[in-house]
Amino acid sequence: MTIMNQDNGPADASPVGGTITGPDRASVDRGRRAFLARGAATTGVLIVGFQFSGCASVPAAPSLAPPKAVAKDLVESFVAIGADGNVTVHVGKVDLGTGTRTALAQMAADELDVAFERVTMVMGDTATTPDQWLTGANLTISQGGSELRRACATARQALVERASGRLGVPAGELGTADGAVFVRSEPSRRLAYAALVAGQPLELKVDPKAPLKKSADYRVVGRSIRRVDIPAKVTGEFVYMHDFRLPGMLHARVLRPDAIGAPLLAVDDSQARQVAGFVTTVRKGNFLAVVASTEWGAIKAMRALSAQWGPAAALPDQATVFDHWRSRPLAKQEVTQTVGDAESVLAGASRRVKARYDFAVQTHASLGPSCAVADYQDGRLTVWSASQATHSLLDELAPIVGVPKDRIRIVYLDGAGCYGRNGHEDASADAALIATAIGRPVRVQWMREDETARSPKSPPRSMDLEAALDEQGNVIAWRGDFWIALNHIVAFKPLDFPLLAAGETGLPRPGNWVGFLFQNSGIGYALPNVKVNTRHVEQAFFRSAHLRSPGRIENSFANESFIDELAFAARADPAEFRLRHLKDPRGIAVLRKAIERAGWTPRVGINPAARDQASARGRGVAYLRYNNATTYVAAVAEVVVDRRSGEIRVERVCVAHDCGQLINPDGTANQVEGGVIQTVGRTLIEQVRWDRTRVLSTDWSSYPILRHDQAPKVEVDLIDRPGEPSWGAGEPTACAIPAAIANAVFDATGARLREIPFTPERVLAAMPKSA
Amino acid sequence: MARYDIEVNGRRQRVDAESDSPLLYVLRDQLALQGPKFGCGLGQCGACTVHVDGRAMRSCQIPVSTLGARQVTTLEGLGNTARPSTLQQAFIDEQAVQCGYCINGMMMQAADLLERTPKPTVAQIREALAVNLCRCGTHKRIVRAVQRASGQPVTA
Repeated sequence: MTIMNQDNGPADASPVGGTITGPDRASVDRGRRAFLARGAATTGVLIVGFQFSGCASVPAAPSLAPPKAVAKDLVESFVAIGADGNVTVHVGKVDLGTGTRTALAQMAADELDVAFERVTMVMGDTATTPDQWLTGANLTISQGGSELRRACATARQALVERASGRLGVPAGELGTADGAVFVRSEPSRRLAYAALVAGQPLELKVDPKAPLKKSADYRVVGRSIRRVDIPAKVTGEFVYMHDFRLPGMLHARVLRPDAIGAPLLAVDDSQARQVAGFVTTVRKGNFLAVVASTEWGAIKAMRALSAQWGPAAALPDQATVFDHWRSRPLAKQEVTQTVGDAESVLAGASRRVKARYDFAVQTHASLGPSCAVADYQDGRLTVWSASQATHSLLDELAPIVGVPKDRIRIVYLDGAGCYGRNGHEDASADAALIATAIGRPVRVQWMREDETARSPKSPPRSMDLEAALDEQGNVIAWRGDFWIALNHIVAFKPLDFPLLAAGETGLPRPGNWVGFLFQNSGIGYALPNVKVNTRHVEQAFFRSAHLRSPGRIENSFANESFIDELAFAARADPAEFRLRHLKDPRGIAVLRKAIERAGWTPRVGINPAARDQASARGRGVAYLRYNNATTYVAAVAEVVVDRRSGEIRVERVCVAHDCGQLINPDGTANQVEGGVIQTVGRTLIEQVRWDRTRVLSTDWSSYPILRHDQAPKVEVDLIDRPGEPSWGAGEPTACAIPAAIANAVFDATGARLREIPFTPERVLAAMPKSA
Repeated sequence: MARYDIEVNGRRQRVDAESDSPLLYVLRDQLALQGPKFGCGLGQCGACTVHVDGRAMRSCQIPVSTLGARQVTTLEGLGNTARPSTLQQAFIDEQAVQCGYCINGMMMQAADLLERTPKPTVAQIREALAVNLCRCGTHKRIVRAVQRASGQPVTA
């Protein structure tokens, strides 16, 4: 990774230590004693009998913090300063494995002027954190971090005012550093924050005008502080959602039909009852679960259940799914970009180019099948969940379990990476439903086929593009038409998302929660005539949810492939052609940086050196600005195409990335690298398979992802912009990869790939006949 | 339910389990060793990898009754946050984690590789780890961490 700091010279990349959050060892030990004390009195369900060598072999009891202020306009909802001067930061955003726990702590530490090591993060607990909307859409730093920063700035301002009163010094003559307010002219005169809040905790409204620190004064932001969660993750000490245990906790598995939505006609659990540890079967409508005292017992009992399922709605023929997608009823159409008069210029143009692009149905394929624990006691439901949207999940769960929202608490624990709405929310509803049915704490983990086949899917995508060129090869008109799934949202919440447990218990939930799929349908180049239309398909045929860079990845695949097709038609170098149509200096900067890193030599047409080569080598570029509004990214992919087999190997990807002021350069690079590697797999390999009744992608052999020996070399240049707003880095890079690869394959072979994924069959079919 | 004495991380442990129970659940649910993770139950992803007599194996595929006197080592057996092993420290130094759900398997597989091939090439590392899946795309950093752990220049 290289970091280019545009103002202040090289960014400090020195790593420092950090703090580990989450249940600590001491609380585990406390939990163990509590469990052992309670064990004799519990209900006789066998948990263990293994006190052999003093090994810690008992579940950790949760020590839930008492509910506190969570209103988003209150400082105390975000920040608490302890008597020891340590700071607890509460955010509604969560860390999905992207390092935001560390990055947000950096932002808080800097804005408060406390040492980073003094900050502990609490994330996503609905009883103690403000609702900052879901963790996604590339907004954790830009929106979540900004809200946190303003609360911290308000707190710091209030501390200065308090100190001013106590010291008898005007606030303007005071400074803050290292958790204390000091007199600028006499720095030894200081009052620690802890002393300023003793007996008088900070309770005040967030001041939207509280002055923020200037970027030149940042001490913590901008440094590659090591992620606080990693030491515990590499030693097995980190408590993931999947590792969380409650005293007396039972294990459950949910049995579901192959055909999603099929009605449950009959159940015979006589064989399941013979399984050691069997506790009970839970049925509610079409929801069917089995509960056992051990995890293996739950799995065996699930497999021993005999269930008869009725038919479900037929699925469309996969072979013609994109035509089918275009024929489904539309909820609405919306024009997302209009410049000049594209229609009439196209109608009168002599050189027109048209192309259609399709993007497969894919799935999140989280490495860990989703998991949740729920406990229902005294009319109150607590759910431990890895959901990226714990706050709005309250609204989703309440009607399923019949418990009022204000009697439900959802506590976030890190899960396996989700990259959007995977099965975390479904598993949370499963656990909640079973816990309320049996009144005992219960853990549900999905099986592999649940996660791969039954979790929500990204909807299919089909796109038409047409453009006109003038005599000099400039783009004079551009028209786009995008068939996207309708995003069903109510007040920005997925209230009608069809969680499995909802549909199975008779709650009609017809919606998709697919994200803002229109984003990046508009073209990011300065063109004189543009019209881009989106057609919103009313219903998808799978339960559909957002998957990393929803909309932007598909739209950018089409737009950035098509601009390459235009460059070829105009007999221009693809990078030079983009630069010719790009006016934004920051966009130009990332594009120039990426091609410089890649060693790009301008040339027109297909790589002459690859001609007649059995292994044809090519390079392709793609550029976009996320949402046409925030992060800039450019990528150059280098590929080798085996002409005989049609196999593509992506050898190297160079990315230049500008997300404004960097919070944590190394954490940003980690996300950029991940965006490259994950998306190489999605571009080359991934597609959900189905027949007319069920999903056939059920495991890692039927839904393969990229492996180590297929991963490209990745080189990242981060362009830092101190003083500029900080934007997200989790999503933008992924959007550039499919087109960069498509364009590289074209450069190598002349084969233009317009359907994701780029299977060997499609590569061979697209090869020019003369080749 | 039967009783088994098994040797895990250098200690003998007595556990009560069904004879067909995979070792994974015994480790996680009875011995509170939660480094190994359930990823597929099919031996496809490697998240549950442990060492059995020093070789990387899938604990989801080993019935506890077949273990006998063989010695099991889990991620916890390599080191802890207070005293991380060289390999664990290398993963920290390279920040070679995103969500980290795969990382147990990556490290146990890598430890097996380094035991047999102390100075692996990048190609050898990639080949050895190709049987373990990572969904976040942390591959580059993982390879770098293994290079670092082997005492070689980090080039990936």
